[in-house]
Amino acid sequence: MSGIDEFRAEVRRWLEANCPASMRTPITNEEMVWGGSRVSFQNEDQRIWFERMRDRGWFAPDWPSACGGGGLGPREQRVLEQEMLALGCRLPQYNLGIWMLGPVLLEFGTAAQKSEHLPRMARGEVRWCQGFSEPNAGSDLASLRTAAVRDGDDFVVSGQKTWTSDGDKADWMYALVRTDPQAKKQQGISFIMVDMKSPGVTVRPIELISGTSGFCEVFFDGVRVPAKNVVGDINQGWGVAKRLLEHERAAMSKFTEGGAPSLDALVVAAPYLAGGGPVWRDRMAAALMDQHAFSLTARRLQEMALAREDVAGPGSIMKLVQSEQESAKYELLQQLMGHRGLSMEGEGFTADERAVCRLWLYTKSYTIAGGASEIQLNLIARRVLGLPA
Amino acid sequence: MTLLLDDEQRMLRDSAQQFLATRSPVSALRALRDRGDERGYDPEIWREMADLGWPAAVLPAEFGGLGVGYKGLGAVFEQVGRTLAATPLLSTVVLAGGLLAEAGSASQRDLWLPKIGAGEALLALAIDEAPRHDPTQVTLRAWREAGHWRLDGQKEFVLDGHVADRLIVVARSADAPGHRNGLSLFLVDPAAAGVQIERTWLVDSRHAARVRLARVQLDDAALIGAPDLAFDALDCVLDRARACVAAELLGVITEAFGRTVSYLKERVQFDVPIGSFQALQHRAARLYVEIELLRSCLAAALEAADAGADGAAALASLAKARASDLGERTLNEAVQMHGGVGVTDVLDIGLFLKRARVLQQAFGDGTFHRDRYASLRGF
Ligand SMILES: Cc1cc2nc3c(=O)[nH]c(=O)nc-3n(C[C@H](O)[C@H](O)[C@H](O)COP(=O)(O)OP(=O)(O)OC[C@H]3O[C@@H](n4cnc5c(N)ncnc54)[C@H](O)[C@@H]3O)c2cc1C
Repeated sequence: MSGIDEFRAEVRRWLEANCPASMRTPITNEEMVWGGSRVSFQNEDQRIWFERMRDRGWFAPDWPSACGGGGLGPREQRVLEQEMLALGCRLPQYNLGIWMLGPVLLEFGTAAQKSEHLPRMARGEVRWCQGFSEPNAGSDLASLRTAAVRDGDDFVVSGQKTWTSDGDKADWMYALVRTDPQAKKQQGISFIMVDMKSPGVTVRPIELISGTSGFCEVFFDGVRVPAKNVVGDINQGWGVAKRLLEHERAAMSKFTEGGAPSLDALVVAAPYLAGGGPVWRDRMAAALMDQHAFSLTARRLQEMALAREDVAGPGSIMKLVQSEQESAKYELLQQLMGHRGLSMEGEGFTADERAVCRLWLYTKSYTIAGGASEIQLNLIARRVLGLPA
Repeated sequence: MTLLLDDEQRMLRDSAQQFLATRSPVSALRALRDRGDERGYDPEIWREMADLGWPAAVLPAEFGGLGVGYKGLGAVFEQVGRTLAATPLLSTVVLAGGLLAEAGSASQRDLWLPKIGAGEALLALAIDEAPRHDPTQVTLRAWREAGHWRLDGQKEFVLDGHVADRLIVVARSADAPGHRNGLSLFLVDPAAAGVQIERTWLVDSRHAARVRLARVQLDDAALIGAPDLAFDALDCVLDRARACVAAELLGVITEAFGRTVSYLKERVQFDVPIGSFQALQHRAARLYVEIELLRSCLAAALEAADAGADGAAALASLAKARASDLGERTLNEAVQMHGGVGVTDVLDIGLFLKRARVLQQAFGDGTFHRDRYASLRGF
């Protein structure tokens, strides 16, 4: 056996021995465990799985061991992901810090920032939120106005962020703030880490159409943040943020590859397809074929990356396709269910019917958040196809 | 197992690209059409393709196969699509060669495979009868009579049937139309008594034949494989052909798309390149997305064909459905985005449009393959 095959066998043995059976079933929204100081478990199996993966260093399998990670290379990391997928293992926790901020700190962080934040992050002790968007800065993020003014060793931050996912549950925020109001749009922005317990931070949840409250408004009123919390150089935050958003794609794929609260479309559809006729059959087949095409493309991208081929082109389509497909899937299921797909709660509907209705609303945000579909299309047209602005 | 090409397959692709660009560019198809060529392909270029080893690419090793698999041959088909080269590669090599290798007797293989591999014999598959492809619906009858077989019926859309040295005819020897069981394959000499072949001119300047068999008498040696049980081998070979057609479509699509994107950058209206209009940018970007998805499906279908994997049928349908639909959409968009010049014969885009439509119908369009995919997924 080659090294990688041995590693695969070892990983599988370990997962089989350590992943509780109830952690090998598809996850629902309510069952996702989010790391952080307020981490909570609904049952013992969740806690055991969380702690075992944490102690193995596999919350951040590809980070160096010195930073609290698992020290795996890209091939080994892929093997771990494949084996978890094959056994149907849930992600032991969801953690934006590890998936998005971590890689950026590894690249741009000072030694002090790394040792302060990475090991705690890798143990799932800190929950992070992303403070980029503002009421007047959405797709046009660089028009953000939250100000950070230097005062001795600190910056004093004032302004408002919005759509901050889980802002009310997070321990820390990484944010973009304007440090030079004179400079051109992108140039006067810094990337800064803010402790949400700092005096002057106010968080207000926003209710969504799906009935959940995923995100918040966050107000800063003269909040003092140590200048050492700036990541990268002052006024160079735009580049750091762009890098971070590249990791967002990888983070999204964590949700798609078995980690997302996603229903198996065909299983859910089966009772409603029976007697549905050729038109429903055709639409269902088309939806499944779309999913199939997407997962094959994810596989091709992985293989290209391992072969060190340029993945910029095909990589650029993934967010768009994934978000549109998930959203379209629930549109289809809901319509297939007819009037039975029209209730989110209460009696008289099956759990699947309620879930489809809720996810139909929930997935509406997929094509808006993290770069709306129209913005993705702009990027493909300009960067990949080279069409003029 | 990988979706990427290995070095040898890459070399084959690159050499195909070079060869076709110099020896069989789009202008060669135009010339073939304009001189009203009766064969619909150029024998001289076909001989050169044979020298490059293409017709032997997927043959068993003992018949001089290159060992590059359908992934390698698919890469050639993609290049064929880019220049709209007219070749008998699909009918002779993938379909007839595939069926003989898969189901033929030792003597049939020994007689025909070396000739196929050397590009010295042309064969064609006669399968479709109705306007739309559906192998289970075959009605052309085969029955035993006085120690012989008799075939009676009619076939259409027989690609390269007008130049073939032999036809492989799919006939119904048992059961009713709609059944998989009851199909048999026969090797038929077009010169045999009762065989009538009529050339039909397709919109893409290539030809297909309409074949009439009137009580044609054949002996047992003409039978390929066991009687009544041809469906599995046939379907497997059809899937390879579907994947190869999808590969050719991908070539047609990428070439037409590339030309269209270039035009968007060049053509100026309202003092700016038309490619700066967001309405056109987004439509172009959407096509790019679909092309990348198709590329993955196609690679997986070819990989599965080589591996003889369980999922090969579903993947072939996935690739052929998407390629057929995307060929339609891309070429319609390509014509539209070119404006008036897009509907002129001077521009090559029209030739790509026409080829894409013929390939769309070949061995099942999107509707057929979505239905088949649904069956394969169990609903
Ligand atoms: C569920 C969810 C979670 C989120 N979480 C976070 C978070 O944690 N942190 C955070 O900072 N932000 C978060 N966001 C905000 C998200 O990034 C923004 O919603 C997104 O960038 C779009 O901005 P907007 O909502 O202001 O829409 P707008 O930018 O106002 O867009 C409105 C419409 O105009 C279109 N449009 C805009 N510009 C163009 C253009 N140039 N060309 C064509 N069309 C255009 C858009 O595509 C969209 O359809 C979240 C959003 C959602 C829905």
